[in-house]
Amino acid sequence: MEQVQKLIKQNLKQYAMFVALFVIIVFFQITTKGILLQPQNVTNLILQNSYVLVLSMGMMFVIITGYVDLSVGSVVAIIGAIAGYMTVQLKISAIPTILTVLVAGVLIGMFHGVFIAYVRIPPFIVTLAGMLLFRGLTMVILNGRTMAPFPKLYENISNGYIPDFFGGSGLNILTLVVTAVLILLVAFGIIQKRAQLKKYDIKQTGWAFDIAKIVIAALLIGFVGYSLSAYKGVPNVLILIGLLFVIYNFVAERTVLGRRVYAIGGNEKAARLSGIKTRWMMFLVFVNMGFMAAIAGIVFSARLNAATPKAGNGFELDAIAACFIGGASASGGVGTVMGAIIGALVMGVINNGMSILGIGIDWQQAIKGLVLLGAVAFDVLTKQQSD
Amino acid sequence: MSKTVLEMKNITKTFPGVKALSDVSFEIKNDEIHALVGENGAGKSTLMKVLSGVYPHGTYEGQILYENVECQFRDIKQSEEKGIVIIHQELALVPYLSIAENIFLGNETARGGIINWNTTIAKTRQLLKTVGLEENPNTLIKDIGVGKQQLVEIAKALSKDVKVLILDEPTAALNETDSDNLLKLLLELRKQGISSVLISHKLNEVVKVANVITIIRDGAVIETLDVQKDDISEDRIIRGMVGRDMTHRFPARTPKIGEVIFEVSDWTAYHPLNEERKISDKVHLKVRAGEIVGIAGLMGAGRTELAMGVFGHSYGKRITGKVFKNGQAIDTSSVDKAIKHGIAYVSEDRKNYGLVLANDIKFNVTLANLDDVSKGGVLDDNKEISVAHEYCKRFSIKTPGIFQKTVNLSGGNQQKVVLSKWIFSQPDVLILDEPTRGIDVGAKYEIYGIINELAAAGKAVIFISSEMPEILGMCDRIYVMDEGRMCAELNREEASQEIIMKAILNSRGRAS
Ligand SMILES: Nc1ncnc2c1ncn2[C@@H]1O[C@H](COP(=O)(O)OP(=O)(O)OP(=O)(O)O)[C@@H](O)[C@H]1O
Ligand SMILES: [Mg+2]
Repeated sequence: MEQVQKLIKQNLKQYAMFVALFVIIVFFQITTKGILLQPQNVTNLILQNSYVLVLSMGMMFVIITGYVDLSVGSVVAIIGAIAGYMTVQLKISAIPTILTVLVAGVLIGMFHGVFIAYVRIPPFIVTLAGMLLFRGLTMVILNGRTMAPFPKLYENISNGYIPDFFGGSGLNILTLVVTAVLILLVAFGIIQKRAQLKKYDIKQTGWAFDIAKIVIAALLIGFVGYSLSAYKGVPNVLILIGLLFVIYNFVAERTVLGRRVYAIGGNEKAARLSGIKTRWMMFLVFVNMGFMAAIAGIVFSARLNAATPKAGNGFELDAIAACFIGGASASGGVGTVMGAIIGALVMGVINNGMSILGIGIDWQQAIKGLVLLGAVAFDVLTKQQSD
Repeated sequence: MSKTVLEMKNITKTFPGVKALSDVSFEIKNDEIHALVGENGAGKSTLMKVLSGVYPHGTYEGQILYENVECQFRDIKQSEEKGIVIIHQELALVPYLSIAENIFLGNETARGGIINWNTTIAKTRQLLKTVGLEENPNTLIKDIGVGKQQLVEIAKALSKDVKVLILDEPTAALNETDSDNLLKLLLELRKQGISSVLISHKLNEVVKVANVITIIRDGAVIETLDVQKDDISEDRIIRGMVGRDMTHRFPARTPKIGEVIFEVSDWTAYHPLNEERKISDKVHLKVRAGEIVGIAGLMGAGRTELAMGVFGHSYGKRITGKVFKNGQAIDTSSVDKAIKHGIAYVSEDRKNYGLVLANDIKFNVTLANLDDVSKGGVLDDNKEISVAHEYCKRFSIKTPGIFQKTVNLSGGNQQKVVLSKWIFSQPDVLILDEPTRGIDVGAKYEIYGIINELAAAGKAVIFISSEMPEILGMCDRIYVMDEGRMCAELNREEASQEIIMKAILNSRGRAS
């Protein structure tokens, strides 16, 4: 019995954010009388939160180094504005526009990166300046107006769905196939991890725990997959997010690059004396943030199908909050891409749930603030306990 | 009259996966200096943390009695009220506050929240006099050396009306003069009825001042020796600590010395903040393959500054000079370049410059050589695990596993992780800066063995240490450094403690 308690206690910490997400979903599922998890709303949830999901993945790396990027909301805006200007005013087609704004995002990231890594101005100040600068430039480009509409191809990034090759009526067959494959992959991954730990004779939790993990993952993925297939199928943007997740998760967990970012956040001096080019790494992290903000900018403007001067207002705070809810540490060195995703979903479900309930923006803000504080306090307290 | 002030009874303390203390009993009388010795990870620091309330009541089993009354400390504050004050392995002073501010931090002489500076300064003066420190109370902590900082810590303890003073490796970072001062102070305090518990790996000091010695091994008390009854020679203590006789302090070795493979010439560098001050002054140094070269000197002689300067210009400004490897001039202007040229530097400051404390052993061991555990930028998990395993075994790092966070390791084991990291980087030239600081005799012997092994494999080893016996016992050749200059070069045969000291004094005489 004591064993079980210990197991739960140790793992509670690790899976606290999953539990939190689950609790919040259940809460809103009940209070919205089942609307939250209806197929259409599940799809909606993903679309509504797509840009925050993208931003938080990039922000996670910044936060792991121990800093934050305040400019991303403004960057989202200016990317939309540039794209709008190019397609609407200059009549340039979608593909070249997309490529151009991605480059613009990278350039903006480089701009921040140079000041942060090489001129050595604290990121807080540099990105605060960026926040003002790019918001201002957005208004200049748009001249205070909204530009719309985007070409169909561009708009489809956020508002389109993957066509069902199988052409089934009713449920979307392709979606179901993809769902099944995903479930198998997750199960395979967990089993492989076990085998590895076993090979090195490292103590691990019992089979039951891993089987439970697989079952829960299968149920989750299965449910989302089913919901999507019952509505319009897989949104294009979900594929984009999935891809980004796989790539960034891989970079964080399995590559030398990711390892170095963690080392810098954990102890910059030790990292430098271990031969890590800390300035170059900081530069890269901010370049990447610029790139991700550009993707988010495309996704957001495509979803609205318009470029507006107010776009992206406050997104930086959502992204930062998502990372901290997802278990990142404010002092750096700790955080996962999975955490960023969960954190963003927590924020997303709360937003969506409250909207369904008809709670006003004012209260939504206040409640989100409390949730952020609560999540981090919970994290801090459980950590203190285990010490 | 000697009577028991403090008693710890049957203390057991476990961490996840580790039983740090099992059924330990420990007793402190009112007029003693009680040394606590044992190998790295034996549980010394843990025992004292239990005593001082760092680990609050309820997180351990057993009893603490203060003058026969049971105490259940919930935090340090409560144990301090009883006069039990601990000075940790890592000093806890605020660098940008003055001596006076630090001494009264959290304990300010204030009325209605307003600090009374006159009494604060006056009291500080008094305390500084007691501990024998001649400094202005307004001097900032960052501007005085570690030795003096240690004295400030003690002054701070005295300001709290201390009865039992606990010092966890207070002399690890001190030079001999400072250490002597500190030990004298302990003897002085003892006369005034303040007992101390002294944790130290420097057994000569223990023998010098302690009147009771408790030896712990693997979390259990092995024996308690009393000066009046038992023989307390260093050898006797070592036998208790490691469980066998250790006839030699240094493993035997027949040097096989080859050609010069590493050379630093005309190395000059200036202080990063004070650009007028030279920290290295036209330093020349060469090391042959298979040779262990020592750099002796007092604390602050500029040895760390030199080593860090050579290693990727990590310290100092306006650096000039050349580094040669195998006769070729090489560029070591950044750390990664230095590492690529086969140089490794093991820092003296493992917490700040050596480890990423929040990460595990595996993470730290591979950090300086990720290339060898990755392919095309992708980490090979299996390989990392087996490397970490290998080093844990080779250095007998005491840990429940390679996934243990390094912050949870004992000081000595942390040091072994740092060493592992650098040896895994496969260097040809290994610069070791105080590599045995805070390490027990047994582990020191192991580390000396590893150093010898590296030398036997044809590597060049530069060995910086403030412990003369160690330099004399290990090195084939010794440079003596003072105030940024090399002031003597001695062969193994001619070197002795006196000659080294004389060289330092001579150079100072010449300079002034
Ligand atoms: N917070 C912690 N979590 C887990 N294990 C710990 C923690 N603190 C200490 N330990 C373990 O407890 C044991 C005793 O550690 P302790 O620091 O008391 O050793 P020590 O005798 O002071 O060694 P050293 O001479 O190296 O300082 C070690 O095995 C150490 O790894
Ligand atoms: Mg210790």
